[in-house]
Amino acid sequence: MRKFVWPLLALLVILHHDFWFWNDPTLVAGWFPIGLLYHVGLSIVAAGFWLFAVKCAWPSYLDDGSTVASSDDSPASAAAEATQP
Amino acid sequence: MTSLIIIGIYLGILLLLGLCAGRLFKGTSLDYMLASHSIGPFLLLMSLFGTTMTGFSMVGSSSASYRVGIGIYGLMASSSAILHPLCFFLIGLKLWSLGHRYGYSTQIEFFQDRLQSPRIGWALFPVVVGLVVPYVLVGIISAGAVFNGASLGLFEMAFADYGHGIPPWLGSLVVCLVVLTYVFFGGMRGTAWANAFQTCVFMALGVITFFVLVKGIGGQESFIDSLKSASSAVDPAKLSREKMPHREYFAFLLIPFSIGMFPHIFQHWLTARNAAAFKLPIVAHPVFVMIVWAPCVLIGTWASVDGVLPAGVNPNALLSYLVSAHSGEVLAGLLTAGILAAIMSSLDSQFLCLGTMFTKDILKRKSGTEEEDRRTVLLARSFVVVVVAVCYLLSLVVPGGVFNLGVWCFTGFSALFPLVAAALYWRGLTAVGVYASILTTGVLWCYEFWQSGYGVDKHYEFLGIHPVVSIVAGSTIAMIAVSLVTKRPDAQTLAKFFPEQSQN
Repeated sequence: MRKFVWPLLALLVILHHDFWFWNDPTLVAGWFPIGLLYHVGLSIVAAGFWLFAVKCAWPSYLDDGSTVASSDDSPASAAAEATQP
Repeated sequence: MTSLIIIGIYLGILLLLGLCAGRLFKGTSLDYMLASHSIGPFLLLMSLFGTTMTGFSMVGSSSASYRVGIGIYGLMASSSAILHPLCFFLIGLKLWSLGHRYGYSTQIEFFQDRLQSPRIGWALFPVVVGLVVPYVLVGIISAGAVFNGASLGLFEMAFADYGHGIPPWLGSLVVCLVVLTYVFFGGMRGTAWANAFQTCVFMALGVITFFVLVKGIGGQESFIDSLKSASSAVDPAKLSREKMPHREYFAFLLIPFSIGMFPHIFQHWLTARNAAAFKLPIVAHPVFVMIVWAPCVLIGTWASVDGVLPAGVNPNALLSYLVSAHSGEVLAGLLTAGILAAIMSSLDSQFLCLGTMFTKDILKRKSGTEEEDRRTVLLARSFVVVVVAVCYLLSLVVPGGVFNLGVWCFTGFSALFPLVAAALYWRGLTAVGVYASILTTGVLWCYEFWQSGYGVDKHYEFLGIHPVVSIVAGSTIAMIAVSLVTKRPDAQTLAKFFPEQSQN
């Protein structure tokens, strides 16, 4: 499933440029402009897509259960030292 | 006066939240700047969203749709709904992981370490601060204007020069002091709590305002008939995008990438308790964008019909005007609090971030003994006070044209985005390549900003397209071209940032 994530994202970006509704002032149900309804729908689809991405393409290097080390035992000081002139 | 009382209560709640967060303060710099990496999914979602959405999301979206119609949603909102989570997913998660491992507090610490170049901060710091400060000024000035608008005519015996309302300088001062108080005492935890509260407030009020205004604008008995009546009266050109150039729409796809280089967003990413805390913000962000933007865009579009907004009313004040005209003072006061919430939820993170950057990047304060750490917190707090004071004073003297800087600030951050993306995903990036990219961004940005009449010409194009395209392209080309011919960091540094590739 992971291999579908980036093509689907590209598809979302293409769908964002909806030239097919560009000049269409139709009111869906008599009040909702179709161009706006489309993009509201696209926002919801985007949420669905990101749910899919989080489920299927979550980076393997991340340990979800990990908690952050305190400042005392993190190698922050050593890293900072290394960057000093 | 009811409006002012409601705003006063709202600001009081914020102060209380900040003071409560202050009671949980552990006294360490890690706790002050990054809430000890303790922020869970809900608070991370609310603080990231609240920080991303400025006053523009409510005030600007409605006034922009008043002028151009519903197309503004696709131009600015749905692109963000797709691309902001992409930045959280590709950039935020990885930076969180590295920040967790190596103890960074600021973007510049990351770049110094990644590029083995302690001096990179001297190039990056002024550019990042130079792009954040105008953004902060817009927030402070807007807050003053909101206070003034909400109190016009209330003080018959005073403030005649300001329409007998609270002078903008005083409104701005009150907002700065409230934000300063909860950032000073609560640090990042106070900021995250306040952001969560403020995000709830402006989202809820946006929706409530919509329902109230539908009947007011549509003027029919039933809600559905009012919706139909409001929409059917709109000029068809504003119900479509026939006046919006395709190339401008396409160019605006680059603007949401600016979030990847916002220093205050970087700091919020680092507050996450664990990687899993990112999942909710990634998934819910698009829906939240829709909840805030769609009602405002519809109201703005409806208001463009003759007679809905009387001549002389500033389109930036259309939400406040319509609420006052179609509902009571209580809702008007609540809406004003909602607009202030959207403004303040960005200001607090920016103030804290600037204070942190001065402490960590300029003074190079490191965690050491308990005493040293206590001094670091004191310095960070002092810098927050100085930053707020300087920004406030600047807001009193800058010309009104600072508002033109809005999209230019985003353009600048978008042009810096290739740096963070390359730093995370391209071993070939070099410090000299980054210098070249920053220099190219600076030159192109200044030239095009000057050519646009310092932002006055909102339709300015460079080579026939929005400036963001040429500046991002120039920045990227310079970064790649110079990196290819200059020396990379040593193998040990590359192994630290690209462990998987180093093993192969």
